[in-house]
This record gives sequence, structure tokens and C-alpha cells, in this order.
Amino acid sequence: MTIPAQALRHEYLRHNKTFPHVWCPGCGNGIVMGALLRAIKRLDVSKDEMVLASGIGCSGRMPTYLDFNTLHTTHGRALTFATGVKLANPALNVVAIMGDGDATAIGGNHFIHAARRNLNLTAIIINNSIYGMTGGQYSPTTPFGSQSTTSVYGHIEHAFSISELAVTAGASFVARATVYHADLLDKLLEKAMLKRGFAVVEVISNCHVQYGKRNKLGNAVDMIKSYKDQAITVAKAKKMTPEEREGKITIGILEDRDMPISTEEYRKVQERAAKLKEKA
Amino acid sequence: MSEQNKKPLLLQGNEAIVHGALVAGCRFFAGYPITPASEIAEMLSVELPAVGGTFIQMEDEIAGMGAIVGASLAGTKAMTATSGPGFSLIQENLGYACVAEVPCVIVNVMRGGPSTGLPTSPAQGDVQMARWGTHGDHPIVVLAVSTVMDSFTITVKAFNIAEKYRVPVIILSDEVVAHTREAVQLPDAKEVKVLNRIRPSVPPDWYKPYEGDARGVSPMASFGDGYRHHVTGLIHDEMGYPTQNPQEVEKFHKRLSRKITHGFSEIQMTNSYYMDDAELFVIAYGSVARSALRAVQDARKNGVKVGLLQLITLFPFPRRTITPLLKQCKAVLVPEMNSGQISREVQRVNQGRCTVVKHNRIDGKFITSWELYHRINKMIPPA
Repeated sequence: MTIPAQALRHEYLRHNKTFPHVWCPGCGNGIVMGALLRAIKRLDVSKDEMVLASGIGCSGRMPTYLDFNTLHTTHGRALTFATGVKLANPALNVVAIMGDGDATAIGGNHFIHAARRNLNLTAIIINNSIYGMTGGQYSPTTPFGSQSTTSVYGHIEHAFSISELAVTAGASFVARATVYHADLLDKLLEKAMLKRGFAVVEVISNCHVQYGKRNKLGNAVDMIKSYKDQAITVAKAKKMTPEEREGKITIGILEDRDMPISTEEYRKVQERAAKLKEKA
Repeated sequence: MSEQNKKPLLLQGNEAIVHGALVAGCRFFAGYPITPASEIAEMLSVELPAVGGTFIQMEDEIAGMGAIVGASLAGTKAMTATSGPGFSLIQENLGYACVAEVPCVIVNVMRGGPSTGLPTSPAQGDVQMARWGTHGDHPIVVLAVSTVMDSFTITVKAFNIAEKYRVPVIILSDEVVAHTREAVQLPDAKEVKVLNRIRPSVPPDWYKPYEGDARGVSPMASFGDGYRHHVTGLIHDEMGYPTQNPQEVEKFHKRLSRKITHGFSEIQMTNSYYMDDAELFVIAYGSVARSALRAVQDARKNGVKVGLLQLITLFPFPRRTITPLLKQCKAVLVPEMNSGQISREVQRVNQGRCTVVKHNRIDGKFITSWELYHRINKMIPPA
């Protein structure tokens, strides 16, 4: 089912005083936002029951533009606020949108514990390998040797693989796409939101302004096209050696498992506690 | 519950805070273990699920504070409890609760600091931090408890103030109050006045989440109520959208201050003892107020005209109550388990009217009534 962009805009963008948006022309954030809205539309989630939480950075501004219950929190803390919202009202659909620095540097502790805790939440991480809003400093996903405003002599640290981190930390569902693979992204976000448990979707995205330019990766189109060449499917990646996988982006579903969900387990705790209280 | 409450309970301060929170309608706690506040979390982990509430132990205090703000936005009364090192970590999202006007209660059971400091010793070193700990200009409500009974009643009041004014409220307890056991007669839950946040009554299209009524307070919709709105830590306009417009920014800050100034008569709480004919008086708060009361009573037996003003509200600083007393008396003694964090407020209000005498302990030891009794006697002007 294709959904006309105009219908999406009319239905989901706020009609009052939030534009122009802060994103640079060609930014991948818009593609992610479109995919999220299409997933919400396809799943027919009521706008009143939808909560979109974000942290700080370019990705953090996304909730401002969207007609949901929106929560623009502090840097790295989107998942902590989202945890409170979800536990207080489990009927709500809670999605956290974060950047790479947001989710895995300042918010790294919250991210791994949210994965371990396995609440019924969806986390979308737009990974553009840089701190864009603050002017292009290196992030936990900036590749070794690359240039940023705080690594002009070449970056000497190694990058996180956000998805592998999420798998290891215990997330129920982990998937990766790029902003080139918009159709795949639509499907992955839909699956993630349907998933009962903590679901992570990492989206490789372009910051041609702060990252691409300094690393001679071209403009937005060049960068987005490069994801097409670098992408390999999960099935293909499994057949390759680590050396062969170097410089490639594995896309698709990396983990999908069913585990007890703490929101539901807590209902059982409430029942046990209430029974004991009655006896006393 | 009412039957049970008719007989006195032997409770420590931390447990009384839990009773107060539950009676006030708190149904969400998120926090991180820390001495000497852990009993609050432990007890709530047992009690909250039994009444349909939620307890969660988070990965740190930053997360605990974030979670209670999220829970409050979803319509649940929420609190966290911590001590010095954790209080440092909650400051970030405490600022968020100030800016986004999210009602919640933060208990800080003070211990010796700075840093890891003296984990099991009493102190009152976090008073000015409670006032100014989170960055930026902001009003804040800080209450201090001095007895186990206080720990119950002030916790209820803290929730009421939080709900009525849409503000975070900080309760400062200390290691002495937290771990002292006293027999208390808790009131029947039905007799306790409990306030709830005002919900919007206008249609969702008309709802302006940060417009403010005559008091400066806006009705608060919960996520999921149908009043979709934006919540941010950025300075925002009436709709909640970020703004840098100087007029809107100033209006925002002034409204935040105004709603607290309008509530002064209700928010600023003190207890006055033997003040009618006092020529000397003591200003004390927290566990030190108990020692001060005993010292004042002992000195009164010798005919010394001394009184006590116990501060329950530390901030906004109750200057309206204190100023006339500073005019009435020749000298005021301000005992504190810090280097003088409230005495500087007293001096600020005093403006040279009356002699301000500081009495400070920073050695991790409690200030006894005996030492205050002697201090009062030294202050008596020669006949």
C-alpha cells in the first residue's frame, strides 16, 4: 500500500507554528520521519495513543513537528522518560527517537538497560556517525581514522556497532536499514512497533554537512547512494568472513526473539502483591 | 487501613515518607539504591504494586528522575528518593521538571558530603544545592522535615503543592530523621486533604498547555487523554513549542515565578514556638529543630525569653514570617549541620536589624540540645 505523502503530511504534521524545521536540505532525518509516519498509518495507531519521545540533537527535534503526544527530553535520556510514560500507562504506544551520540554516548547506560529490561518500547536510532547539531564532533560511531572537528588529526577510537550492542544487551528485536533503503525501513519500523518487547531499529543516515564534507564523501545524494553499494543482507553477511564484511553495512533483521516483557511481568507482580495484601 | 491506623505505629522517618506518599496518591516510584534513603525504595517496592502502582529500580538517579517525569506526564503522581551523590545526578532532569512544569516529589535524605562524603552521618549540606542545583534561573519549592510525623504530613503537602502549582517539590530529610523510630498516630487516609492537578476542560483544539490561568498555572492533560501536546526542556510558548522570542521568553520566566509568589501564603510553612515575648530566637530546620526546641524549653525554665522559629519551607525563603521577628528580637541563633547555608539567607533578609549568630557543625555529628542550650545562654545580654 502506497500512502501519498500529502495525506501523511496533512494527517500527522502539526498545523500550528512549528515550521520551518531545523534540518539541513538533504538530511536523512526526513526519510526516517516519513517511514515512521507510514508505519504508524499502516498499523492504524491512534494519534492520541502515540507518544514520541526524543533526546537532544537534530533527531531530537522530530517530535516537535508531529501531531502526537510528544516529549522532547534531555540529552541521552529519552528512554528514561519513555520508561516512565510506558509504565504509568502501558496502553500507550511509545517510540523513542535518538541519535548515535544521544543513544550510545551520553545515553549509553540507559540504552543497554532499556534493552535488558525489555519494556514494550520501540527505539529508533538515526546513526549519522557525528554530532551534527553541535558542529561536527566525533561520536561513538565515528569510524577510526575519520575527520571531525575534534579529531582533525584523524579519529583514534573505534566505533560502536549500535545494533550488535542492542542484541548483546538483550533487546527482543534488532534491525538495521539505511536511508537509501526506505522501503525496507518502512517494513522494519512496522515490525518493530508490532513487536512485543524492546525493539531497536538503527538507521544509517547521512550528515553530508558535518560528516560527509570533512571526509570527502560528497553531497547528500552521493552519501545516500553509497549506502546502496555498502549494504549487504543479513543472509549474505552470514556467509562472509569478518574481513569481507569490513566497510559493509548489514541490513535487515538481526535479532527477533520472544522473551517475557517487563510491563506484563509487572502486572503479575501487582496481582501477587494485591493478593498478599488481602490476606494480611 | 483505617482500623489499622487507629493504633500508633512505630516508624522511622523514611517509612513515614512512604505512608505520606501513598496517602497523597503517589502511584509511581523510580530510583536507585543509596544510603540513607534506600528504605523508601524498598518499602515502596512492596507497597506500590499492592495498590496498583508501579515501582522500578533504574540504572542510575538520572534515569530515576527521567522516569518519574515521564510517569507524571502520563498522569500518575510520582516520586523519587535519594541522597547527596544521587541528588547531584537528578539535577539535570529536575531542571526539566521545572521548565516543563511537571509535578513530582524528590526526597533527598541528606548525608555528609561533598562527593561520597559521610554516607551514614547526618548533615544539612545540600540546602543551597536544593535551591540552585539545577542550572539556570528558576523558582523551586524546598521543604524540610524534622520528625517522623513531619515526614508523613510534609510529604502529603509536598505532593499537594506539586499538583496545585505544577512544580517539582524537594523534601530535605536527613540521616537522623530518616532513621529515628518514633511512635506516631497517622491520620485516617480519608481525613487527609489531597489535591490533584487540574485537568483541561476545554475541547482539545482549544487547549494551550502552557498558557497559565490567573495564578499562572495551566491545566495539565495526561498523555493519552486526547489533548495531544508538546513537552520540551526548551523555553517554549503557550503551546509548548520552542521559542527564542525575547517577549515570550520573559513571559515564560515571569509566569514560572509568579505562580510561586502567588502561592506564598500556602507554600511558606513555619512553626513558631514561644515567640510572643521572645527577645532572642532560634531559626532551625530538619532534625536540628528538635534539638533547638528542647534547648529553648530548657532556657525558658530559667526565665530566658527565647523562642524558636522552625522552618518547614526553606525555599521560597519565608521572609514575610522572619522579617517581623528580626525586628522584634535582639539576636537570632541559626544552628545548622553545614557552614551556614540558611544563616546566609537570614542575613540577607535581616539587613543588619538584629545580631545573627551562626552555630555550625560540619564534623558529621548531630547538633545536640545541650550545646544549643549553652549557646543560648551565652547570647543573653548582660542585665
